[in-house]
Amino acid sequence: MEQYISLAIKAIFVENMALAFFLGMCTFLAISKKVQTALGLGIAVIVVLAITTPVNNLIFNLLLKEGALAWAGYPEVDLSFLGYISYIGVIAAIVQILEMFLDKYVPALYNALGVFLPLITVNCAIMGAALFMVERDYTFSESVVYGVGAGVGWALAITALAGIREKLKYSDVPDGLRGLGITFVTVGLMSLGFMSFSGVQL
Amino acid sequence: MKSLRNVLDKMEPHFHKGGKYENWYALYEAADTIFYTPGHVTKTAAHVRDAVDLKRMMILVWMCTFPAVFMGMYNVGLQANTAMASLGLTEASTWQGAIAGALTSFDPNSIWDNVIHGAAYWLPIYIVTFVVGGFWEVLFAMKRGHEVNEGFFVTSILFCLILPPTVPLWQVALGISFGVVVGKEVFGGTGKNFLNPALTGRAFLFFAYPAQMSGDAIWTAVDGFSGATPLGLAALGGVDAILAQSITWFDAFIGTIPGSVGEVSTLAIAMGGAVLLIAKVAAWRIVAGVMLGMVAMSTLLNIIGSDTNPMFSMPFYWHLVLGGFAFGMFFMATDPVSASMTNKGKWYFGALIGVMVVLIRVVNPAFPEGMMLAILFANLFAPLIDNFVVQANIKRRMARNVG
Repeated sequence: MEQYISLAIKAIFVENMALAFFLGMCTFLAISKKVQTALGLGIAVIVVLAITTPVNNLIFNLLLKEGALAWAGYPEVDLSFLGYISYIGVIAAIVQILEMFLDKYVPALYNALGVFLPLITVNCAIMGAALFMVERDYTFSESVVYGVGAGVGWALAITALAGIREKLKYSDVPDGLRGLGITFVTVGLMSLGFMSFSGVQL
Repeated sequence: MKSLRNVLDKMEPHFHKGGKYENWYALYEAADTIFYTPGHVTKTAAHVRDAVDLKRMMILVWMCTFPAVFMGMYNVGLQANTAMASLGLTEASTWQGAIAGALTSFDPNSIWDNVIHGAAYWLPIYIVTFVVGGFWEVLFAMKRGHEVNEGFFVTSILFCLILPPTVPLWQVALGISFGVVVGKEVFGGTGKNFLNPALTGRAFLFFAYPAQMSGDAIWTAVDGFSGATPLGLAALGGVDAILAQSITWFDAFIGTIPGSVGEVSTLAIAMGGAVLLIAKVAAWRIVAGVMLGMVAMSTLLNIIGSDTNPMFSMPFYWHLVLGGFAFGMFFMATDPVSASMTNKGKWYFGALIGVMVVLIRVVNPAFPEGMMLAILFANLFAPLIDNFVVQANIKRRMARNVG
């Protein structure tokens, strides 16, 4: 149990997807003008990460890993070179299914998320979580915890950024830095604040 | 006083639009408002007139740091002189030491000698901070057409009080440049930034030049003498390790321990901090929140306990007197710009700092000190906390009106 708690804390704070690895930057910068929408997007990312990371874990361990096809009678086959394309496919498919599912059964949430849901397909944080999961050899249950944790960390970061950007509406930024420029500076300073966790050994 | 007003009035037209020194208006305005409250007032409705403007408020904060400044200088000299006595040195090898040596001797028992020796280290740091930071401040004020902000008085003094005494002066210049330009001026100046500029500069130096910003050799202003800060000792051996160096709780409270210049003396800081609280310049809710968060978190960790990490057992009254906790609590966390604005939000904001500082000190082996990063971290979430407090309030009032 303790190991899962440390893994979650590590995924949320120490290795924050947005502010330590700078993954998922495009949506992170684009959809952080308002706290409400940022929160919605953050929740969508949590949901997608919580589903795709374990599914990719299963696919990797049961189909792609060297010797994983032993159950089908091919113990010497190594399909791990298909990793990238399968993860992307899985992510895209799951997001599509999730979208249709929400549209049909939870229309309120579907409307709230709007265009963000399909956008998440190309969010690098999702892909990043799948690749970290493979690289670090997480078991199935670990990958569930890691997926949720990485999503929560990303959601936390984007909501904080949205809060700061709402406050910065009243700032007086030099012309050349308006818009994305000052947002990059802001994100850089934010990750300075998140450095407080770097070096934590769990 | 009348003649001063006359001199200023005579100069004034030159600095207005179309005058000879139009570009220098910011500087004139800064000098004028030191002596007099500005003559022009808001032209539209809804405004408050009060003698306490931003300038008086910031100068009050600046003066409240003086007990910490003098205690800090005394302590830098005391540490250096004691170290020299223990090494058997009679001549200091640095240029700062040479200046002090020319003025006085290096007797650790003499208050005068200690203060002079400390001032020889601290004053150059402050001068560099003030000149370099002031240069950026005035440059931006002139180019961007806003006023020179007195917030810089506070930023500069806070910045050089949280540096170790041996920091190279070019790093001081670099740090305050980063703090003022990236931490504040790119957002439009005082009141528009979201991080505390002094801490931003300090954190920049901390991560860019760890060799001069952390470790054991930098806290005593004598070449070749290494003495860890009490927090550094505690990270290895807990409170016992501090007591083993014959540093008592009372020493840490008075401030005769190695550390950054202004952060050592909890007593001197509390004196300045009390004035800030009484004058209502610092928000008491934030200070109380930081205290509560720190006490709760350290007590919780005391109860949990750990066999391998001696910091777990450090009680809250030690956390209070060590490192930058007191200084950060009174002077940094209460920065009205980067803290939460709502009353309820201030509690959460303070408590977040208190919890984080203990967590970083205890759980993170990379940094023995956590106050700087804890405050920066809480600064990030301050607008969000406000947002949720306001939303909750709106929701509550909506419900009341509907019902």
